Amino acid sequence: MARFAVRRLAGMIAVLFAISVIVFLIFNVIPNSDPAARIAGKNANPALIARVRADLGLDQSLPVQYLTMMKQIFTGQLTSYASDQNVLQHIISGLPVTLSLCVGAALLWMVLAIWFGYLSAVHPGSFTDRSLTVLSLVGISLPVFWLAAILLYYFSFKVQVFPTGSYVPFTEDPLQWLYHLILPWITLAVLYVGFYSRVLRSNMLDVMNEDYVRTARAKGISERQVRLRHVLRNSMIPIVTLFGLDFGAVVGGGTILTETVFNLNGVGLYAGQAIGKLDLPPLMAVTMFGAFFIVLFNTIVDILYAFLDPRIRLGEEAPA
Amino acid sequence: MSPILRVADLRVSFATDEGVVHAVDGVSFDVNPGEVVAIVGESGCGKSVTAQTLIGLTRSPNATISGTATFGGRDLIDLSDDELRTVRGAHIAMVFQDPMTSLNPVYRVGDQIAEMIRAHREVSKREALTRAVELLHSVGIPNPERRARDYPHEFSGGMRQRVMIAMALALEPELLIADEPTTALDVTIQAQILNLLRTLNREKNTSVVLITHDLGVVAELADKVVVMYAGQVVEQASLDELFYQPQHPYTWGLLGSIPRPDEIRPDRLPQIPGQPPSLRNPPTGCRFAARCEYVFADCVQPPPLRSGSGIGHLDRCWLSADAKAGRR
Repeated sequence: MARFAVRRLAGMIAVLFAISVIVFLIFNVIPNSDPAARIAGKNANPALIARVRADLGLDQSLPVQYLTMMKQIFTGQLTSYASDQNVLQHIISGLPVTLSLCVGAALLWMVLAIWFGYLSAVHPGSFTDRSLTVLSLVGISLPVFWLAAILLYYFSFKVQVFPTGSYVPFTEDPLQWLYHLILPWITLAVLYVGFYSRVLRSNMLDVMNEDYVRTARAKGISERQVRLRHVLRNSMIPIVTLFGLDFGAVVGGGTILTETVFNLNGVGLYAGQAIGKLDLPPLMAVTMFGAFFIVLFNTIVDILYAFLDPRIRLGEEAPA
Repeated sequence: MSPILRVADLRVSFATDEGVVHAVDGVSFDVNPGEVVAIVGESGCGKSVTAQTLIGLTRSPNATISGTATFGGRDLIDLSDDELRTVRGAHIAMVFQDPMTSLNPVYRVGDQIAEMIRAHREVSKREALTRAVELLHSVGIPNPERRARDYPHEFSGGMRQRVMIAMALALEPELLIADEPTTALDVTIQAQILNLLRTLNREKNTSVVLITHDLGVVAELADKVVVMYAGQVVEQASLDELFYQPQHPYTWGLLGSIPRPDEIRPDRLPQIPGQPPSLRNPPTGCRFAARCEYVFADCVQPPPLRSGSGIGHLDRCWLSADAKAGRR
């Protein structure tokens, strides 16, 4: 098991290295113009461009440029020249907001998706199943920005039961924190609830036909236990994979729209503003930050997977 | 001696998109205490459906089930799902065909056996696991303490079938239904599993309903044989009667298609020509008529299951006793 984890972690570092090279190439090398001018921002004077070139070593060879850039990102020296702010500090200050949003939404979407998927699969073709099918298709089809706007319009403006946005730190007032995040959580979770409940439903229907489910019934345990212990448990394995991918992607950039509409001052909003201003250093850092989370959660899921499915552990221990 | 299981006129049909399939059509047989009853027939003759219906595994909105199956004074067909659940596992246990897929891949085998015990007995998890280890030992699994903590994929096919049998015997059921228990196994492993079943049958006096298409398995284990064809019983007799005095042309065909080491080998192994009839729309007369080389005018009428020769030897064929005797 330890060897398995170490190998996964080594793989994670290799993937992150590859991503950093690609990010560097996309931002610095591929566009056919002076990178210093682009990094400096839209209204930069020649003196600032010269400073950027000196800071990032842009007059040197590409490998040196790459190393300088990575050093800047990882030591927290990278600055946004357009706004004259340190990028890493900005990301770190936005992280609690983004994580509050993502973790809450992820809890919400997993609980609802498992519940809805389970209800659908128990009586396929029933009224409940059909209604949930329609609901999840609607949920999958709703664009996040539209849903967010509609929720804001009805619940914050018309009925005024929820605040219009902004973030209250958990440490300041947990109830206000919760109250301010409910609409953003719903907005972010709806797509995934629809998608995951569909996937879980079809997994469960497949697993119900497995021989070992028949064995479980023949044991004389209750139908509920057959479903929970044997069907649901085995149906969750693909869901956990999806969750690792999606949760990483949501933390690493999937919140841009939600944070923007609800004015939550997190990493997503920062990225959104940087895109609007064509401010490259924050974009580079946020891209690396996103890649880091996606790869991190994939690694966690790989390790978790081995606990969920014992056959994977064997595959790893067997000589290659 | 009163039978522990008496199946009478069991009928099971399934509604499908293409029409109603009459999978089991009026099957009756008795199982006495300690007896091994084999149900024999080719694929799709309704033998597995018969077995699974006994413990309610075929119940579904699409299934219509009628008839009676009296077990311990109660009609299994009539029991509610909850009542039937107390019978499953505790009084009637089942061993399935494919041991590779019949165990849940994500739980340790000891836990899977313990789950069965705890479903019916108020015991702690630890006690149930201790019992699981004893059971694994009793079915001949080496190192049972360690093996109980292994997952199904760490066992070979034969070992998994032993685990299934250990699980089935956990609560010392009166009746064990073995649905093609050796079909998915190698021949040498088949013999081991059959020996195990026979030992358990003798030592614990457990009755066994053995579903198989392999007459070799039948000869090895059975006391009584029920031959099924197209959803009906076509012949029922004691093991010796069936092998030495078979009365139905289908049974003749089955026995004739076994290679005999003591006789000169024919050019081709005899086989029964044709296919079994569709169970959506079975023939009104004798269901075997289309494939029978002894077919005659009477065969357009459905033959009854009746005793033509010995006591308790039933067959479903219009041929006279002389004609049947003359064939041999």
